[in-house]
Amino acid sequence: MSIDNIKKEFPIFNSKVHNNDLVYLDSANSSQKPQSVIDRVNDFYSKEFSNVGRSVHYLAVAATNLYETTRSSVQKYINAKDKNEIVFTKGATEAINLIANTFGQKYLKEGDEILITELEHHSNYVPWHFLRKSKGIKIEFAEVNSDGEVTIENIEKKITSKTKLIGITHLSNVTGAILPIKEITELAHSKGIAVLVDGCQGAPHLKLDMQDLDCDFYAISCHKMYGPTGLGILYAKKKWLEELPPYQGGGGMIKEVKKDSISYGDLPNKYEAGTMATAQVIAFDKSIKFLEKIGIENIINHEQELIEYGQEILRKNNSVKLVGSPKNKGAVLSFTIEGVHPHDIATILDEDGVAIRAGHHCCQILHDKLGITASARASLGVYNTKDDLDQLNSSINNCKKIFNL
Amino acid sequence: MNIKELYQEIILEHGKNPRNLRKTDNFNKDAKGNNPLCGDNVHVYLKLNEKKKIEDISFEGSGCAISMASASIMTDLLKGKEELEVKEIVNDFLGMIKENPELESKKLKKDEKTKLMCLSGVKQYPMRVKCATLSWHTLISAIDNTQEEINTERLD
Repeated sequence: MSIDNIKKEFPIFNSKVHNNDLVYLDSANSSQKPQSVIDRVNDFYSKEFSNVGRSVHYLAVAATNLYETTRSSVQKYINAKDKNEIVFTKGATEAINLIANTFGQKYLKEGDEILITELEHHSNYVPWHFLRKSKGIKIEFAEVNSDGEVTIENIEKKITSKTKLIGITHLSNVTGAILPIKEITELAHSKGIAVLVDGCQGAPHLKLDMQDLDCDFYAISCHKMYGPTGLGILYAKKKWLEELPPYQGGGGMIKEVKKDSISYGDLPNKYEAGTMATAQVIAFDKSIKFLEKIGIENIINHEQELIEYGQEILRKNNSVKLVGSPKNKGAVLSFTIEGVHPHDIATILDEDGVAIRAGHHCCQILHDKLGITASARASLGVYNTKDDLDQLNSSINNCKKIFNL
Repeated sequence: MNIKELYQEIILEHGKNPRNLRKTDNFNKDAKGNNPLCGDNVHVYLKLNEKKKIEDISFEGSGCAISMASASIMTDLLKGKEELEVKEIVNDFLGMIKENPELESKKLKKDEKTKLMCLSGVKQYPMRVKCATLSWHTLISAIDNTQEEINTERLD
């Protein structure tokens, strides 16, 4: 599959927005879906639907096999050691909440510290805040530097003897900074600290190798990886999943239920209570196939070329200011225009069919630190081209014209 | 609709140079409002005299051109009006920005109506209605002394 005409795989690009071709630059929010993924959802519901893991009839067995096939595909794609280290969740948010909740229950007590960074999305802060409220733990923030990145030195500075877990983004959804997870994990492990990676933005754009990164937990959002909504993945090392308590109770996660005792199911069932997002899991296999067909190396090269081109043209554009300039940057171009509020930018760009996001992108801590209330963000996916970025630039110029800049 | 109908000169001008962007000395009523989706925030200050007439009205905050212009035009227009009049005008404005084609209040002069109607383009942009209404809801909260921070996500 050639990346040059990949847009054809995505039927959304046949749609017009305000009579213009769609220039979709909001993939960090959610990516578009290839036809193969859309068809798989439809086919599964039309021809193969059944709940998984319970009944013995033909459809149930077939659906269970398909469901488990995706688990194996994910294991392979992220190079996890064991298939049972892959837990399906309703999203990356739930994956992080699952760990905060169970890790917090079992291992954290008053005064213990969780170290996160000023780059974190609210979903890698708020779940820890719950523990701050309920258990009296402390949350420390590793500082972001003026380039919009968090260095390993700034992480090391905040580690104390009370640090129990480091929660850190793989790729910032605002500055695009790619963090040195492997080095951070090495440092953390040398001090007996667990590492949770928020991989929402990392997973669609970077090569994933759990055994190489060696992190303890990695949270993935499937709808940002050309997959269906309502689905996320928690990768966790097997020893953790065995040691941690279950998260939600219900059907599917138990072994034996008596009036006076309950035993829990084996992995990964222990963490998959209730009917799961079956169709989404099964269709997500097609997202993995899609990514594998293009090849992550090709995706990285393509997106790097775009990010460099995007930075170059936006830097040349007077009154446009890029938010952060990390040395290692992926897939995200956040910017401000002096004299135009990001919401006005987004509304005006939308008129040209250019879809971006404006606001704090669920990163208020970072925006406060940068001294801005909001930013405009153009984020990339495999389907984007230099033409898209040229259109972005020309719509920005139109915006400046409307505001008499 | 053309985007320029939303971003009319008068809105851009008020957005750029908002009137009454300050804090009223000796204010006797105030309220805060915010739009959690955008991070926009506003703080409205009022000084009502014993006859419940607005002696001064001002605001502090930051936001997009629409929200700043709306707050600016609002404060400009309501200075000198009485509390009951103000409530009627606010309701009229909120009705117009959401659905009504025109402003109906007899408390508004023709030129005042013209000024407010500059914001009517927002109607075509449902995601932006909250920007235009934030300061108006916050004003009502200040008048009623509800002590409740206005949050656009909790409004209709």
